[in-house]
Amino acid sequence: MKMSMLNSEDAVAQAVADAKGPLTIRGGGTRAVGRPVTGQVLDVSGLSGVTLYEPGALTIVAQAGTPVAEIEATLAAENQRLAFEPYDLTGMLGTKGATTIGGVIATNASGPRRIMAGAARDFALGVRFVDGAGHVIKNGGRVMKNVTGYDLVKLMSGSWGTLGVLTEISLKVLPAVEATETLVIDGLTSAGAVAAMAQALGSPFEVSGAAWTDGAVWLRIEGFGSSVAYRADALTALLSKHGDVMRVSDADWTTIRDATPLHGMDSVWRASVKPSDAPALVAALPDGCTTLLDWGGGLVWIGQSGGNAAATHGTIQSTVATLGGHATLIKAPNAVRASVPVFQPEQPGVAALSTALRARFDPRGILNPGLMAA
Amino acid sequence: MEMPVPDSAVLARKARVVERLREVLPHDAVIDDPAETRAYECDALTAYRCPPMVAVLPASTAEVSDVLRICHDEGVPVVPRGSGTSLAGGALPTADCVILGVARMNDVLDTDYDNRIIRVQTGRTNLSVTGAVESDGFFYAPDPSSQLACAIAGNIAMNSGGAHCLKYGVTTNNLMGVTLVQMDGTVVEIGGGHLDAGGLDLLGVICGSEGQLGVVTEATLRILHKPEGARPVLMGFDSAEIAGACVADIIKAGVLPVAIEFMDKMLIEVCEDFAKADYPMCEALLIVEVEGSGAEIDHQLALITEIAQRHNPVALRESASPEESARIWAGRKAAFSAIGRVNDYMCLDGTIPVSELPYVLRRIGEMSKEYGLAVGNVFHAGDGNMHPLICYDANKPGDLEICEAFGAEVLKLCVEVGGCLTGEHGVGIEKRDLMTYQYAPDDLEAQMAVKDVFDAKWLLNPAKVFPLAVSEPRRGARMAAE
Ligand SMILES: Cc1cc2nc3c(=O)[nH]c(=O)nc-3n(C[C@H](O)[C@H](O)[C@H](O)COP(=O)(O)OP(=O)(O)OC[C@H]3O[C@@H](n4cnc5c(N)ncnc54)[C@H](O)[C@@H]3O)c2cc1C
Ligand SMILES: Cc1cc2nc3c(=O)[nH]c(=O)nc-3n(C[C@H](O)[C@H](O)[C@H](O)COP(=O)(O)OP(=O)(O)OC[C@H]3O[C@@H](n4cnc5c(N)ncnc54)[C@H](O)[C@@H]3O)c2cc1C
Repeated sequence: MKMSMLNSEDAVAQAVADAKGPLTIRGGGTRAVGRPVTGQVLDVSGLSGVTLYEPGALTIVAQAGTPVAEIEATLAAENQRLAFEPYDLTGMLGTKGATTIGGVIATNASGPRRIMAGAARDFALGVRFVDGAGHVIKNGGRVMKNVTGYDLVKLMSGSWGTLGVLTEISLKVLPAVEATETLVIDGLTSAGAVAAMAQALGSPFEVSGAAWTDGAVWLRIEGFGSSVAYRADALTALLSKHGDVMRVSDADWTTIRDATPLHGMDSVWRASVKPSDAPALVAALPDGCTTLLDWGGGLVWIGQSGGNAAATHGTIQSTVATLGGHATLIKAPNAVRASVPVFQPEQPGVAALSTALRARFDPRGILNPGLMAA
Repeated sequence: MEMPVPDSAVLARKARVVERLREVLPHDAVIDDPAETRAYECDALTAYRCPPMVAVLPASTAEVSDVLRICHDEGVPVVPRGSGTSLAGGALPTADCVILGVARMNDVLDTDYDNRIIRVQTGRTNLSVTGAVESDGFFYAPDPSSQLACAIAGNIAMNSGGAHCLKYGVTTNNLMGVTLVQMDGTVVEIGGGHLDAGGLDLLGVICGSEGQLGVVTEATLRILHKPEGARPVLMGFDSAEIAGACVADIIKAGVLPVAIEFMDKMLIEVCEDFAKADYPMCEALLIVEVEGSGAEIDHQLALITEIAQRHNPVALRESASPEESARIWAGRKAAFSAIGRVNDYMCLDGTIPVSELPYVLRRIGEMSKEYGLAVGNVFHAGDGNMHPLICYDANKPGDLEICEAFGAEVLKLCVEVGGCLTGEHGVGIEKRDLMTYQYAPDDLEAQMAVKDVFDAKWLLNPAKVFPLAVSEPRRGARMAAE
């Protein structure tokens, strides 16, 4: 497999225009997810560096290949952060390399704070990208409010490199917080957990993380110290009927963000459903699956070792189709990934629109072809 | 503002179109009497008017689908309409179009507190979404100043914002799903009670597409529990520069107020006259609001006050009661109508990087002298979304044109300093012909490709958003094919 390492937008545009066949777009290369794509690797990690950062305007602009770690360090120096909490799948997938901001936006990768702050797509203010014909296109900008023309920024976010190769991204950032505390209630079933989380998230106390793992609910509160203390007290009182509420000041939320309890498992899925539907999905799984809930139950991580991954995959996607939502296969043996729809099949009307959009943005069908859908 | 020449072939088919529409809609839902269609001749950009050929008021998604299928068949352009409060001419008809108003579709379909979502028909007004849930302590966050009148339909089409979006985001950040009827009558469900898209984020591109991709009939919206309390503080400064510096310092200090609103002297005067909120008279006023419990509010306001003190405010006053807070906001939210009582005005909506505020305000002041028209400024200072209000005299020949030329210069300036033409009102017809200042031909081509996919015949609101010359080949192809 030939590989081109590019370090300018022009070079990316040229490489795409000159491509004779399929391209596999790579940022940090930390995840081979989706239908396996065979194509010449187009590596954008050479397009790297923060090009503009204005803390007072809460905005940062970076080239797509910039490692997320570099962006986070730059922000931390000004006491700011990426509020959508992008996560790191290297542990789960056993891959090496640095996750890039292009990869995070291309996959709309958001962590636990998504329920309060929004998703990666909500923080993307502007993009530059190269479409499948090699044209350089820009959309959005670097200001926080912008409704000038169609919002292609959202369309590009989560398009997994199938509509274009991102070259530059502007992001909204937020202040870091003074204090964090986690409330833990142990001994809950998935249904009990979802009920407790719904009560917490339906309160005025601004919960920035609501997860369930290994029988315990975790609720995160962030902000100024005195405010965190006040809200922790209020939530403790509010939730007492669900069990004993413990206070933990150093809970490691990367465990939830990166679904650490599922690391090492053969197959992993990630499903987005209405929080109240999570228990039904959990109940539909074959024995031996491990689940972790995030987003108050709205995000269901499922892991399985041994077992029939293809059959489990079918069960998960058909259950989710009935409930409403979507499930993606994140990790599985190559043979399974190549034989099942990795992304949730769409309703015919939606699929027709998506297929037509791909045909317009990538008329030759060379950008990660087949990764999301055939 | 130029509009395309009405399609005479369509006008000639009016009787048949009306007849077919009457077959699928109740009699009173098809309006073709010129005396009555006049009610739909403009939106809040009242300088431009044109009665439509027909107006229809369907009451269900199925009826919307029937209407669109017929119009698609007959090659009739359709302009969707919510409440007609667009300031960009988004809902302005053409003489050969069918106005499709969703005002009769205003039911709440489902309220789900466990999942913190509400499903509504899109003709429902913004404020009445909150109205449906507030007795249970919840609210719908995006709060355009027009919230009493504007519909969720228009909010979605324009991706509307509001004073409190600094914390809660704009419409797109609070929209979870829609029922979309495509121009050929196909109904698609996009998104729903779950978060994020499983495939391409179609919802993200539908929101803000100004009625050009489909008619949105139902929407799933995120609702939130109301904060325990909220309190604004008023800060007066000697200049816009100082106010701008204060805003930057507040943000850099890690305090994130729910709203930071700016008004200049002219707006302070008209709003005070209107709302009697006891605004301090000064060059630049900030309304900064924070939320939480009483103690949390005190803590944040102490931090903010300390920062403000460093900038030598000429006034600094916390609201002392809920009534006072309501008056403070009533004044701000009435800014456009308050100035409308004393003058004809055009409201601009460009966004700039907040660091450029002082420079841009100074330039606007200079241009005001050059063009000989007064300007007031009121805007969302936390996010750089400006609303210069240019005053003109609609009865004075040529004044509107001068005002538009001035407005165009201001918007070009916004783009020049790294901002954009519109932060929340949309492009419509108003900023249509300026799009080439912000976007290169390939950028516009990529956006139009999206419209090609959703509306191949370019029948939905076709004369908006893209400069007429740029969209002409596509609109022309439709007419030629007839
Ligand atoms: C199915 C799945 C779901 C995920 N969900 C989440 C989540 O919800 N939250 C989270 O934090 N993380 C999530 N991740 C992890 C997330 O993908 C990584 O954080 C990030 O994508 C890794 O960045 P990378 O640079 O290594 O990307 P890579 O592994 O190189 O690429 C990831 C994908 O993005 C594409 N891509 C990379 N760079 C570009 C570019 N410049 N332009 C266009 N396309 C590009 C690639 O083609 C590939 O399809 C998920 C990963 C997978 C596989
Ligand atoms: C006094 C005043 C204050 C305002 N303040 C704000 C503010 O603070 N923030 C802000 O963002 N805006 C503000 N606006 C602008 C305006 O209220 C918003 O753009 C609003 O969202 C328009 O809603 P509407 O229902 O009136 O839409 P309309 O004016 O009827 O239509 C607006 C656009 O939406 C399209 N549309 C309507 N219905 C549908 C549908 N069902 N499907 C698809 N497309 C549709 C139309 O074709 C048109 O392009 C203000 C306006 C006024 C007059």
